[in-house]
Amino acid sequence: MGWFKRIKEGITTSTREKKETPEGLWYKCSSCKKIHTTQEHANNKYVCSECNYHERIGSKEYFEILFDENKFTELDENLISGDPLNFTDTKKYTDRLQDSIIKTNLKDALRSAYGKVNGYDLMVCCMDFNFIGGSMGSVVGEKISRAIDYCIKTKTPLMIISKSGGARMMEAAYSLMQMAKTAAKLSLLAKAQIPYISLLTDPTTGGVTASYAMLGDLNIAEPASLIGFAGPRVVKETIGKDLPKGFQTAEFVLEHGFLDKIVARTELKEKLTLLLRLFKN
Amino acid sequence: MAYLDFEKPIEDLQKELTKLKEVAEKSKVDVSKSVLELELKITDVRREIYEKLSPWQKVQVSRHPERPYTLAYIEHLTKGTFVELHGDRTVGDDKAMIGGFGEVDGQTIMFIGQQKGINTKMRQIRRFGMANPEGYRKALRLMKMAEKFNKPIVTLIDTPGAYPGLEAEERGQGEAIARNLLEMAQLKVPVICIVIGEGASGGALGIGIGDKVLMLENSWYSVISPENCSTILWRTWAQKEKAAEALKLTASDMSLLKLVDGVIEEPLGGAHANPTEMFERVKKEILFHLENLSALSPENRVEQRIGKFCSMGVTMDAGEEEVEK
Repeated sequence: MGWFKRIKEGITTSTREKKETPEGLWYKCSSCKKIHTTQEHANNKYVCSECNYHERIGSKEYFEILFDENKFTELDENLISGDPLNFTDTKKYTDRLQDSIIKTNLKDALRSAYGKVNGYDLMVCCMDFNFIGGSMGSVVGEKISRAIDYCIKTKTPLMIISKSGGARMMEAAYSLMQMAKTAAKLSLLAKAQIPYISLLTDPTTGGVTASYAMLGDLNIAEPASLIGFAGPRVVKETIGKDLPKGFQTAEFVLEHGFLDKIVARTELKEKLTLLLRLFKN
Repeated sequence: MAYLDFEKPIEDLQKELTKLKEVAEKSKVDVSKSVLELELKITDVRREIYEKLSPWQKVQVSRHPERPYTLAYIEHLTKGTFVELHGDRTVGDDKAMIGGFGEVDGQTIMFIGQQKGINTKMRQIRRFGMANPEGYRKALRLMKMAEKFNKPIVTLIDTPGAYPGLEAEERGQGEAIARNLLEMAQLKVPVICIVIGEGASGGALGIGIGDKVLMLENSWYSVISPENCSTILWRTWAQKEKAAEALKLTASDMSLLKLVDGVIEEPLGGAHANPTEMFERVKKEILFHLENLSALSPENRVEQRIGKFCSMGVTMDAGEEEVEK
């Protein structure tokens, strides 16, 4: 026999009497489970002050972190994707796009904007992972392409912040050709001798890694980011055994010679300013 | 001859024909009339089947075990003048990517392409045509050399993708492909790329930035294979036919979408049914385009090449209101 017995089944408190905890006051680190106030967390650039875990953030946060007084001019804000293939998998692509636009309040997986970083001009193209896995389709390619046009015209350095699962399958070969398009445009930027800094963040894989993310004059990454061409699951299937610890992390990629530096987000703006100065003077 | 599942009617007739010939041999009866009739029938049936291949069936033809691979084209076209060149000068020689100089009608051409194995052992050595980073870097080294000596480049694309192995990741598969895209965009010599079989994703594109990108009639080219697309979007392999349709990966679709510049027709029954005829058609196309491209200045070619790829993509500038609804 139990000592305690529930006399009535279920929850008996009426909804009116229910005690609500205010939403969004606390942030629990998904790595070390330590709890911080949301304000503290934001002040620390969304990096856990205990374990240095870099929470995935989007273009809004990166622009806020990078641009002086959060002032910037966005390009092609209203560019949205067409559906040239009339693609349908379990859902129509147009519906998927609409849902994502509503859910994320974004138009596609990348935003481009220029502004000042500690007084230095910079164009930033930043990917948003929330928008269909940060997948690269026509809009991502076109926005980067137009941003590069702007950079060449105004001699403004470029930074692309990658955060993507790769190409967007619903645009099939169109998304594949965005790799060609962005790389071709970057070759023009290179000829114009304008610096391009690629920032690889968690995760950067597939077609994005195999195009603009790896083509920076400087390739820098956030700590512990997943960076690779083939996804870890695919590699595991290929070799038929478990992957070594730390495989495809930013540290691994640095060790193998494909990154110049790993920079914590808390120091990003400061390091970037120095780099821009070194390029300029 | 290996037959694909939808080629069953052809196989049956072919068996009948063989039997008839055997019987005739033994009994010394003149069956030439029946043989002729049967042969005509086989051609008819083959035409009927091949005229309306579904996208998935074309994918199957592109993977036919007897379909000619890259080296077969090169050997036929260069008539014994092909000199294969090896190594990326950094880590090794990738057997999945081959390349070298050869002569076609007195003109030196740099040939580069993925190479699939022709038997079980070679398939392993050549990793089923899936190149490692050193393969892409070898390709780039050879392209740069062609540029240095002002020789045109022809790439033959036939790959199920770049190799997704552990070492490939360590040695920067992504960087190797990305570098090729950027460098190929700026090559001063004419570049012709032909998808002769499978054109899967970045692995194909890594040698696919050309002034003219052509596809054989039964080849395919897309961002992912239909099987993997099915696995990711439908979470099962079973929808590969549907995925093949949805991806619009056939030569005719890709050409309609202006993502490639042209289609090279295959002989009846696919490239493997008459390889010699296929090689000749490819040769004709190469020479035709080389002549046209050579008439342009290097600056013009690069500008047009970059312009072409930059025009790919479908976007709309939507006002706020339009998005809201």
